Amino acid sequence: MFALRSALHYLAGQLRQVGLFIALIVIILFFQVSTNGITLAPINVSNLIVQNSYILILAIGMVMVIIAGHIDLSVGSVVAFVGAMSGVMITQWGVPWWLAIILCLAIGALVGMWQGFWIAYFGIPAFIVTLAGMLTFRGLTQIALQNQQISPFPDEFRSLGSGFLPDLGGGTSALEPLTMIIGIVATIALVVQDLRQRAARRKHNLEDEPFAWFVCKMVFTALLILLITYLLAGYRGTPIVLIVLGLLTVAYSAVMANSVWGRHIYAIGGNRFAAELSGVKVKRVTFTLFVNMGVLAALAGLVFTAQLNLANPKAGDGFELDAIAAVFIGGAAVTGGIGTVMGALIGGLIIGILNNGMSILGVGTEYQQLIKGLVLLAAVAFDVFNKRRAGGSNGSGRQRRKTTPRSAPSEAKTRTPVASA
Amino acid sequence: MTTNILEMRGITKTFPGVKALQDVSLEVQRGHVHAICGENGAGKSTLMKVLSGVYPAGTYEGEIHFENELCEFKDIKGSEAAGIVIIHQELALSPYLSIAENIFLGNEQARNGFVDWNKTNLEASKLLARVGLNDNPITKITDLGVGKQQLVEIAKALSKRVKLLILDEPTAALNDEDSAHLLRLIKHLQAQGITSIIISHKLNEIKAIADKVTIIRDGRTIETLDMHKDDISEERIIKGMVGRDLDHRYPEHEPSIGEEILRVEDWTVHHPVDQSRQVVKNASFNVRAGEIVGIAGLMGAGRTELAMSIFGHSYGAKISGHVYKNGQEIRTNTVAAAIKHGIAYATEDRKHYGLNLLDNVMRNVSGAALDKLSRWGWVDSNKENLVAEGYRRSMKIKAATVAAVTGKLSGGNQQKVVLSKWMFANPDVLILDEPTRGIDVGAKYEIYTIINQLADEGKGIVVISSELPELLGICDRIYTLSEGRITANIPREKATAEYLMQYMTLEKEA
Repeated sequence: MFALRSALHYLAGQLRQVGLFIALIVIILFFQVSTNGITLAPINVSNLIVQNSYILILAIGMVMVIIAGHIDLSVGSVVAFVGAMSGVMITQWGVPWWLAIILCLAIGALVGMWQGFWIAYFGIPAFIVTLAGMLTFRGLTQIALQNQQISPFPDEFRSLGSGFLPDLGGGTSALEPLTMIIGIVATIALVVQDLRQRAARRKHNLEDEPFAWFVCKMVFTALLILLITYLLAGYRGTPIVLIVLGLLTVAYSAVMANSVWGRHIYAIGGNRFAAELSGVKVKRVTFTLFVNMGVLAALAGLVFTAQLNLANPKAGDGFELDAIAAVFIGGAAVTGGIGTVMGALIGGLIIGILNNGMSILGVGTEYQQLIKGLVLLAAVAFDVFNKRRAGGSNGSGRQRRKTTPRSAPSEAKTRTPVASA
Repeated sequence: MTTNILEMRGITKTFPGVKALQDVSLEVQRGHVHAICGENGAGKSTLMKVLSGVYPAGTYEGEIHFENELCEFKDIKGSEAAGIVIIHQELALSPYLSIAENIFLGNEQARNGFVDWNKTNLEASKLLARVGLNDNPITKITDLGVGKQQLVEIAKALSKRVKLLILDEPTAALNDEDSAHLLRLIKHLQAQGITSIIISHKLNEIKAIADKVTIIRDGRTIETLDMHKDDISEERIIKGMVGRDLDHRYPEHEPSIGEEILRVEDWTVHHPVDQSRQVVKNASFNVRAGEIVGIAGLMGAGRTELAMSIFGHSYGAKISGHVYKNGQEIRTNTVAAAIKHGIAYATEDRKHYGLNLLDNVMRNVSGAALDKLSRWGWVDSNKENLVAEGYRRSMKIKAATVAAVTGKLSGGNQQKVVLSKWMFANPDVLILDEPTRGIDVGAKYEIYTIINQLADEGKGIVVISSELPELLGICDRIYTLSEGRITANIPREKATAEYLMQYMTLEKEA
């Protein structure tokens, strides 16, 4: 009885995480039933992953930017610009596809340096700099493409967006073997990693997660991966972009949890002044953060262009909003300091499944927009409600702060009720 | 029929765990300038907040009689309607609105819902003339200096037909000329029949303009002195402000003092916005290994500014001077450089400058020295856990695990997290700014013990504090700071509260 109560108490504390998972499952089940099983059909699962990959890549970069307390509105235009440049390079300049990919990622880095410079070193709010970037890179896209579309692209390049890993079964087996191997290995790796982490936390007496919940979560995640593996193996195998996405997820989750850089990003978003006074090089971290976002936006642009086999001046329109929505649905705080890569990915999946499911059901785009808007609002409202219910341990302090950096500390002293005379 | 405009009787105000005011009484005679004196934290501002309705009737005990009527103000609007206006040290003007708009903010000179600009600006200029400010009323507040902003606040008060004007540390942020003007204005308003209460640390100002002075200490009224009747000296007021005994609130400590470890020379810092104002003026001081050095100064004396400007130029503009570490001159232009040279600064304002309240204890503890825990940019979280857990135990941080969110800890425990962070960074010189602010007596004792331990490890400790007994209780040597100048260097044997206060209130270099 006590165990049950403490488990419930724990879950109440984790309401946001649990809620996100439950929301994802409910949405999947809802569409699975209402589309008569099309949602989880092998071909649709494969499409879901491929068609949302670029938003998920953007969401990874975006969640980091938002954790640091900034925003990036330019990513949609950067996607288009990089797509345009890849088209120009490959079809007009005759650059080999692999070199074009490298050069395009470098262009993304340059874009990030440009915006990062104004934000970090010049002190212009990211909202303004990236709003300007949204316009300038859209303009540059149109200049580069001379308002024309560019197509087609070589097959090797296209496989980045829509290719699959080779079929080891030679197209004869019902379940593609390579996909099954990857899926099973990934599942085992995940379980081992989870167990090791839990063991380490237990050793240091840090574990407050009930064992039953831990097992539930692990079994659920493992089953989810196996299910996806099974479905993919029943169609054309593993999309190459899924491998890219998987590697990015693992790498960036680790970066945000365990690298000095990732810690500094959280520290800046949580309390910029405290970070500065702890010796964090706030400007440098902010700058590199936007360089990173630029590279990821470039990668998303390559994937998108490869998938459509088309460089289009209108490409990427509104992607920034989808990525930002994904991050907030995934539980990041508007004021910075809170958020996870995993959360942003689940947020992105929720949006992707909503898009996909509603399209299958034949819901008009006007209603799709409406519903997505309400989902975003509901997710953040839930956050705010949750925080208020928890008593807002840090609310009052943060709201009261209006001081600019380097203003007089003793004059701007908060007046505690007890002792300021 | 008394001649008192205000009588506050038996005011008691409690906050959870603290009695901020205890049976305080205050009588202010009509047409007087009445000063209120007391150390930082004595309860002056709380008393004024009770009076002005910031703490509404019912949240305190006692009675307020204003103009012979019992008043129970529900909010500031209530007290303002009665004619009581308080001007806080932090001015409450909207920077991008004009002088006239600010004066009539919330009280717009409107006709049929539309602002009558002619009337607004005309009435504003009349009020400005009364306070001796001849700027155009359409000037934006942000274009005015602090001194003039103060005058706009007073003009705003006059527009509300003020009868009792309360000024909280009005000259703390002003230069000499502006201060003199403000004091003249207060006398001038007095001649027009406006009663003033002035809270000030500057005893010479009180002597110059006050008719009576009430001294508050530890939340109680100590005495009210008539400045005209007896020739009250500054020493007399100081005695009232500090007159209490040191009890055994401080651990015994036998210092073992070594070589000089840090020396600061000719340190001058200007205000970051008003760069003509020197906040720290030619300050020089030193710290030796194993020594606990105090810096005493009243609010606005430049204590925090001195410390933060040394620590990576985190405060101020046009900083000049020299810092020597073990005899070698070092540059501390960035926080990272300061930390690398073994200097650490634990802020007075842990919520805003010290901690990431959203994150857990572990990550706050490791925050200033992640490089010690990482290789190739990756943090060894196992080691991090062990380190944080070690501090949780040794510092007795009351948190279930080091994964607890710091925002949910009590003030004392948050302070221990801040200290742990800097102890882990292992500096040679540790500057502690108000290390015991807002924490209870028991936790204070623990923190004093930790400070002593750090000194015994051979570190140089600088303690900045508003509480004189604290400095007297733990420091081996105390510098006094007044208006940005170091006015004295007093060894422990000679230090008494009166002696310190004399130098803390010293106006000009002799």
